[in-house]
Amino acid sequence: MKLEAEELHKVAHLARLTLEPQAIEDYTQALSNILNLVDEMQAINTDNVQPMAHPLDATQRLRIDEVTESVDRELLQKQAPATEQGLYLVPRVVE
Amino acid sequence: MIDLSLTQMAQGLASGDFSSTELTQAFLDRIQQHNSQLNAFISVTPEQALKEAAVADEIISQKQANPLTGIPLAHKDIFCTLGVKTSCGSKILDNFTAPYSATVVDKLAAAGMVSLGKTNLDEFAMGSSNESSFYGAVKNPWDTQAVPGGSSGGSAAALAARLTPAATGTDTGGSIRQPAAFCGITGIKPTYGRVSRWGIIAYASSLDQAGPMARSAEDCALLLKAMAGFDPRDSTSLQRCVPDYPSLLKEPLQGLKLGLPKEYFGDDLNPEMAERLQTAIQELEKLGAQIKEVSLPLTRLAIPAYYVIAPAEASSNLSRFDGVRYGYRCEDPKDLEDLYKRSRSEGFGAEVKRRILIGTYALSEGFYDAYYRKAQQLRRMITEDFQKAFNEVDLLLAPTTPTPAFDLGSKNNDPVQMYLEDIYTLGVNLAGLPAMSVPAGQVGRRPIGMQLIGNHFDEGRLLNVAHQFQQVTDHHLQAPRLD
Repeated sequence: MKLEAEELHKVAHLARLTLEPQAIEDYTQALSNILNLVDEMQAINTDNVQPMAHPLDATQRLRIDEVTESVDRELLQKQAPATEQGLYLVPRVVE
Repeated sequence: MIDLSLTQMAQGLASGDFSSTELTQAFLDRIQQHNSQLNAFISVTPEQALKEAAVADEIISQKQANPLTGIPLAHKDIFCTLGVKTSCGSKILDNFTAPYSATVVDKLAAAGMVSLGKTNLDEFAMGSSNESSFYGAVKNPWDTQAVPGGSSGGSAAALAARLTPAATGTDTGGSIRQPAAFCGITGIKPTYGRVSRWGIIAYASSLDQAGPMARSAEDCALLLKAMAGFDPRDSTSLQRCVPDYPSLLKEPLQGLKLGLPKEYFGDDLNPEMAERLQTAIQELEKLGAQIKEVSLPLTRLAIPAYYVIAPAEASSNLSRFDGVRYGYRCEDPKDLEDLYKRSRSEGFGAEVKRRILIGTYALSEGFYDAYYRKAQQLRRMITEDFQKAFNEVDLLLAPTTPTPAFDLGSKNNDPVQMYLEDIYTLGVNLAGLPAMSVPAGQVGRRPIGMQLIGNHFDEGRLLNVAHQFQQVTDHHLQAPRLD
């Protein structure tokens, strides 16, 4: 199956990626090859097979609802590209 | 000193033949001497290492040492290490200093081990050759024209080259076993959930598992014992006791039923490798193992199932890299969307972007049933095939890879060519099974790996069989000659 450029742009937007115009051809080719590989799955009948999300079929463990972790905001914000007064800075969203 | 096993190092430290400071310095010198050629380390932390070694020496002098106290190791740069750069091989985390340590890092530090630094890997552990790292490819110490394998290629190369006596790795689709095979070292991927994932930068959460890499099964047993165990901070951590792996190594193999999955010995397998494995199988028979052919009919389907599930989970996990809270941010974003898109597009490399795109596509509206659901159904069928095999035999024996290490640059053009290399390792991750790679000789000058696969929780038996094999063979003792 061949992925069209238009579809690629749609998926890239969903993933919040932009693709350089000169790289589009490479990506459509590579992704089409991957989809061809992946389509080998369709040859197998999986009717009535329960999908498996966890290798040991374990269910999610719940913990007691109490505070166990503390957050050192100053330490964490040292990693941020831009902060002010304990807040993360991004380009203006609301005028 | 650098060729000793971890047990011999512990004995040397205890008897005062050398100190942890001297041992640590010896490996730091090796790194200094050879890393520029191999590119196995992204970060080396000599000052911190020598401080930790001094503490270890104090503990040893007070006769308070554990079996691993004062022994150096290296962490794959996917494990968060407090105060040390943690890049995951990506430009997007090139400026990231971890504000906490992974559980595994804390456990090994608590066991007294000395961290030398952080090893190179494929970007976000996505690759089978270590060529997708932002920091450049790692070279295979046996032949610098060859890849070391991936994604834990830096750890494997560093071990083979004697730049470290122990290392951590992670294995999502073969990332411990395949580089272990290509570099002629020993590595074990434990049962899913056996070792905590907390503080390991996530790739595909239902497949990711950390494990030790070392030069023998005995060393791996010591390391795994220190790494494994329930962690309340990892929601999929196993609530099971950790056996004393080192004490299980000496069990005789009399009566052990070893299955050879016939699909792993087909036309894909390099004929010279098939011969080496045949010799290895004969050694195990001499030790008392009984060999039986079994079938895993869906082996080939593990490739497409994996290359849906792993990218789908990755596309979700990697959405956290947004240029806002940490990591790389683009210059002069014109609005928030531009900030997200350009930070991610400039920060991620090509293979990571391909996997994010495939995963996003597979999870997008209208395609979920055909891809993700279908892959999860196949995952169950593949797992059931393994369980059927384990009704007949105790362990499975197979090649780790179809060929010895391939040349750098030889499989870069088509990602699918690279994905097909993973055929013998992916099924294990889909089924959550423990498996290890053990050196089984060389083809040309390039090492090859024998893979042992166990049923869930059976790490002890894997290590036992590998150790017994290493008592009668010397493949694991071979070392590459470096210039």
